[in-house]
Amino acid sequence: MQTFILTFVILFLTLIGFILGKRRSVKISNGGVNKLHSLPGYYGLYVAMWCSIPAVIFLALWLSFENSIITTLIVSDLPDEMKDLPPDRMSLIVNDIKNLAEGNIVSKEPDEALKKAALHYSRLKEVAYASLFTLIMIISTVFGIFTYRKIQSNFRARNKVEKIMEIILIASSTVAIFTTIGIVLSVLFESIRFFRQIPVFEFLLGLKWSPQMAIRPDQVGASGSFGIIPLVTGTMLISFIAMVVAVPIGLMSAIYMSEYASYRTRAIVKPLLEILAGIPTVVYGFFAALTVAPFIRDTGALVGLDVSSESALAAGLVMGVMIIPFVSSLSDDVINAVPQSMRDGSYAIGATQSETIIRVLLQAALPGIVGSVLLAVSRAIGETMIVVMAAGLTANLTGNPFEAVTTFTVQIVTLLIGDQEFDSPKTLAAFALGLILFIMTLCLNIVALYVVRKYREQYE
Amino acid sequence: MIKNRLKRRYLFEKIFRFMGLSAVVTALAMLAILFLTIISNGYSAFKQTYIRLTVTLDEEVIDPDGARNPDTLSSANYSGIVKKTLRKIFPDVKSRRDKRELYSLVSQGASFQLRDIIMDNPDIIGETVTIWVPADDDIDMLFKGYIKRSTPENERRVSDKKIAWIDVLLNEGAIKKRFNSTFFTSGDSREPELAGIYGALKGSIYTMIVTLLLSFPLGVATAVYLEEFAPVNRFTDIIEVNINNLAAVPSIVFGLLGLTIFLSFFGLPRSAPVVGGLVLTLMTLPTVIIASRAALKSVPPSIREAALGVGASKMQSVLHHVLPLAMPGMLTGTIIGMARALGETAPLLMIGMVAFIVDIPKGFFDPSTVLPVQIYLWADSPERAFLERTSATIIVLLAFLIIMNALAVVLRKKFERRW
Repeated sequence: MQTFILTFVILFLTLIGFILGKRRSVKISNGGVNKLHSLPGYYGLYVAMWCSIPAVIFLALWLSFENSIITTLIVSDLPDEMKDLPPDRMSLIVNDIKNLAEGNIVSKEPDEALKKAALHYSRLKEVAYASLFTLIMIISTVFGIFTYRKIQSNFRARNKVEKIMEIILIASSTVAIFTTIGIVLSVLFESIRFFRQIPVFEFLLGLKWSPQMAIRPDQVGASGSFGIIPLVTGTMLISFIAMVVAVPIGLMSAIYMSEYASYRTRAIVKPLLEILAGIPTVVYGFFAALTVAPFIRDTGALVGLDVSSESALAAGLVMGVMIIPFVSSLSDDVINAVPQSMRDGSYAIGATQSETIIRVLLQAALPGIVGSVLLAVSRAIGETMIVVMAAGLTANLTGNPFEAVTTFTVQIVTLLIGDQEFDSPKTLAAFALGLILFIMTLCLNIVALYVVRKYREQYE
Repeated sequence: MIKNRLKRRYLFEKIFRFMGLSAVVTALAMLAILFLTIISNGYSAFKQTYIRLTVTLDEEVIDPDGARNPDTLSSANYSGIVKKTLRKIFPDVKSRRDKRELYSLVSQGASFQLRDIIMDNPDIIGETVTIWVPADDDIDMLFKGYIKRSTPENERRVSDKKIAWIDVLLNEGAIKKRFNSTFFTSGDSREPELAGIYGALKGSIYTMIVTLLLSFPLGVATAVYLEEFAPVNRFTDIIEVNINNLAAVPSIVFGLLGLTIFLSFFGLPRSAPVVGGLVLTLMTLPTVIIASRAALKSVPPSIREAALGVGASKMQSVLHHVLPLAMPGMLTGTIIGMARALGETAPLLMIGMVAFIVDIPKGFFDPSTVLPVQIYLWADSPERAFLERTSATIIVLLAFLIIMNALAVVLRKKFERRW
């Protein structure tokens, strides 16, 4: 709510800046607007930009650090015996203080120290808001007045405004870089903390995955085991099944659509296939768990096979269906990119259509197809909802598609949903898994993009 | 010999062609099966079984001191009234266990419904009113035919006694299926007959607003910079490679990013649409950028040159001429990106949007859930009635996605220009 008010204040000041700047430029020109260097609107914009941009940046910075600074302040004011509590208890107390200050329900009867801290907290909040408000007003008006006075008839407002715009454009395009950096840093830091507790080799080469940590050290299975080999095999198994489904069907439909189908059929069927790609993965997951898994189990029972109700097969099949349009549209592109002259040449020496496709088109398009399959594999490895809903939780080290296996993504989700302690290896393991997942998909993507790009250059 | 060979070759040609066709047919069949399963499972959730009760709003029970004090009114024993009404319909039910079974015919929501009626209009206390209250989910399932009457009693969730009572009600016309408005107007609930998607829908809308407001300007600005202004150098090359890689990073990794950066580092509230929107923004940004760049590329250079020729600056030529022409393509890309974001689940699980939340979110900072996560949550519930509601939610979600995609197609058709 307060942020909304502040935004409105900034907007209002910006508007005033714009109007005043424009007016002044018109006034300075003494009726001969064409004597100005730029159109009057640019002078207004220039003032408006200086009114708003520094204030907005300041507001964003303030809001992102206000919370943690205030928390540190109240924590440092707590009695000494409370200060030494472990971080999770501490965050509980801080929450209590905040709830108390806002008049919400608290987890237990507040004692004196808490009440004092709550009072302190609400006072700090008020002070913070008041100072933020004045600071923003000051920043906005000072910059506004400063730029307002700069306006003269030979002031190059348009160039300045365009320079600022370009800087904004550059800043926006760095968001992508910051996202990547953010991903790498966030998983890396937590992973390093994880590897301090669990050795890297145990993690990468261990054959047993059971992250359930006992609460008390004397319980059975007091320390979980974190070996990711079963997860790797599980992920590979499910991805492999998905590929067995998706690659033949996707590739064959791409061939059929680009070489055999009439224009009208293509116009109808292609969008229908695209629908498959647009269906949310949670829907596929529901479909796999509700329809496909019981179907496979019952069919297996008929033949006398013992199929787990969370079999790798069900998840893999449905994932394959999800990936079909992915493979088909990418292969379609690469097949279409093969020059017509190669087809004509093949027909001219008497090859049938199928022979042309197999011996000429596929040979020529092979790198592109390999690239699209690699991209599809990376999709399958990172796919989450289907496996969370249809594959199991137990980490079996098996290659049997009828048994339940688990994957990286399933484990990340189960480790991070629900109650977490931030320092236990159980939670941190999720980030280590995320790191491995990120590296795996990144490698696949880089190789695939490289192959596809190389291939494209070949025919351009 | 050549003829033989030719025959073989033509046969192979036919087989190959048939394989291609069957691949397409298989893919389409999968699509059809998926849609049929979901629709056949879900359409019945749009109706709900209701039971008619003729309730006497006894002043003695509701408001003994007659002061019409809201506190008294809201805490009165409404479930007692509902029970009494049920006993009146079936006066011969005597034993304690039978009575309890009788009471479970109607949903627990019945007493809340009664309370809301009274709170809205306290004047009707003392009168007798006829209301339709939702039946319990088991009764609903029986009525819709998901619980079969032919299964033996000990395997059925509804006892023979209850079936007999229902038949009595049915004869009187006091039980029937009506449009399930609860499904669209209430939040989540542990009771299937009281659960609705309104909370998740609003959460989705808030999340999408944040995503749209951030990803569209950011994506367009990035695309404009890379396509129109960026010099070819190391820096822009890195940005390009980065964007292409981000487009293929698994969505769950974005969830991990959101958890550490937005929740732990910046201390934003858990389960809030604003965090969900931020995470989805980062996720859809590459899609928007790539589509916007394609749209900018399709604007012929003659437009830029003409603008520069009459004395426009570079920025003016882009903002006044190129951008308006590329806008439809950019909007199409953004809509497709938004459709993907709307169906995304995994990253939102990471930032705590999976909590069981009954209240309807009122703003960007309230804890909430979104439609796909609601599907995930309900899909885990054991009750048969939730299965039906999960499918119905999927139908609603798919309807939204189809509308968005259709909009994108229409936009593309309408503004597509060949230069």
